[in-house]
Amino acid sequence: MTTTLVRPTEDAKLRVMKNENWTKAVYETNGLNLWYGTAHALKNIDLSINEKEVTAIIGPSGCGKSTYLKTLNRMVENVGDVTISGNVTFMGNNILGKAMSVELLRSKVGMVFQKPNPFPKSIYENVAYGPKIHGIRNKAMLDMIVEDSLRKAALWDEVKDRLNKSAYSLSGGQQQRLCIARCLAVDPEVILMDEPTSALDPVSTHKVEELIRTIKNDVTIAIVTHNMQQAARISDRTAFFLNGEIVECDRTSTLFSTPTDERTEDYINGRFG
Amino acid sequence: MTSIKPTEKLRTRDVIAAAKKNEKFGKIIPHLLLAVTSVTVLATFGIIYTLLKETFIFFQEVKITDFIFGTEWAPFSNADQAFGVLPLITGTLKIAGVALLIGVPFGLACAIFLSEYATPKIKKFIKPIIELLAGIPTIVYGFFALTVVTPWLQSFIPQLKLFNALSAGIVVGIMILPMIISLSEDALSAVPASFREGSYALGSTRFETAIKVVFPAAISGIAASIILAASRAVGETMIVSLAAGSTPVFNMDFTGSIQTMTSYIVQVATGDAGYGTTIYYSIYAVGFMLFLFTFLMNRAALYIKTKFREEY
Repeated sequence: MTTTLVRPTEDAKLRVMKNENWTKAVYETNGLNLWYGTAHALKNIDLSINEKEVTAIIGPSGCGKSTYLKTLNRMVENVGDVTISGNVTFMGNNILGKAMSVELLRSKVGMVFQKPNPFPKSIYENVAYGPKIHGIRNKAMLDMIVEDSLRKAALWDEVKDRLNKSAYSLSGGQQQRLCIARCLAVDPEVILMDEPTSALDPVSTHKVEELIRTIKNDVTIAIVTHNMQQAARISDRTAFFLNGEIVECDRTSTLFSTPTDERTEDYINGRFG
Repeated sequence: MTSIKPTEKLRTRDVIAAAKKNEKFGKIIPHLLLAVTSVTVLATFGIIYTLLKETFIFFQEVKITDFIFGTEWAPFSNADQAFGVLPLITGTLKIAGVALLIGVPFGLACAIFLSEYATPKIKKFIKPIIELLAGIPTIVYGFFALTVVTPWLQSFIPQLKLFNALSAGIVVGIMILPMIISLSEDALSAVPASFREGSYALGSTRFETAIKVVFPAAISGIAASIILAASRAVGETMIVSLAAGSTPVFNMDFTGSIQTMTSYIVQVATGDAGYGTTIYYSIYAVGFMLFLFTFLMNRAALYIKTKFREEY
């Protein structure tokens, strides 16, 4: 007996999340303020992240760019004493409200971290982990998701013969692509990337950038980076953060060629930061 | 020490060089430490030697196969004295089995709560209480088993004897809790936070993360903690001497009096068995058996901890 398996492109959960007020912007942020204890880390942030675009967030260390990214999937709350005010909507749904389930939100919004952090499990189990915890048990379905995700992450050919080997047998660059595959396996709307190439060598960095370029047809990406050339190479729009505020946000080509704010110009020309 | 001080002509590096030359004491220290260490090593060998020597004498009087495979332990019987160790091993395993049945689930649940759920504030409150549990003398545990746990169990298990394996085993289980909790919690806490973040970021709950990511990553340390606790339960003496009785039986009954290897040794050592009798030598043979048990378990714990450690 043969069964045809069709990968669901739009499941019930997603339809629930698509609110009527939803526009092209996947994320809308209005007047977002965030404090760590008494330290004011984000000040009046207004920013939208558009569907199927790569939005780069640049700025010097400590400017709040990672904090902002972690607010988008509410990982920021794990830090401890955090106070948030303002409005952040994901596909028209307020994500800061009590009604929002962080588990549901995070199943729609993946995250790739600065240092590759695969689980101490096999390559296969790493990719299958997300679908499994969200209720997919069918082995054939899981096999298909794993292969599909690894292909999208441009890792399939390198690992297809050793799927049961530990993820830690891979190189750093491969591990990071595995982490991207792990995100893709739950078919997210958005992937948040927090300096995903800062721990990688130039060749691995190039591969990850290539990968971002291909997956952006499918998924919205917000990427925090220290590397301005990277922002210029891969992003459609760029936001420049400084001391917890957004100084400027524009099309990447515009922001890098004709910045309107003097501080942006100074930063992208390497005069500070 | 040296009295040379840096002057315009003498640079600091010269003063240091001069001071180094005078450092005689530093050269003796390794030798002193080695001497102290040798005492420890000698003591270990001394104990093992005594154990082996007396055990050897015992086996000249009792056949080793009768000892290992014998199902009757009757050293005090004048008519048919028998030295089959299996009843004592059965008794010991009953205690250890009940203890693990209590200690492992409770201990691991506590460890997961402390490492994955508890806020620093709650941790600060609970940890000293668990350490308090570890500080209670075993004689007190034994008394607790005899005067509290047994009567309480008797209220719903009427056939339970005054001395029984069940309540002693339960209390040994409580006694090994702090060990399982603290070693397992160390293993869980040593799992890098980045794994948890990776799991949360995929939409897992705290519980899924604890069970499917953190626990497997810490499994070698947890397994080692369980084996060490089992070894501790096997070697436990005071609780079983007080609450489990002194009847060497070879059966699967948990409600009656039993005898463990340790409580047999106590019985003979505190009794009036004469020096040089077979009974006297038998406690060395039983002691050696006990030593083998705990030694092998400790080695197994160490092996598991290093061999099956997750690479990350």
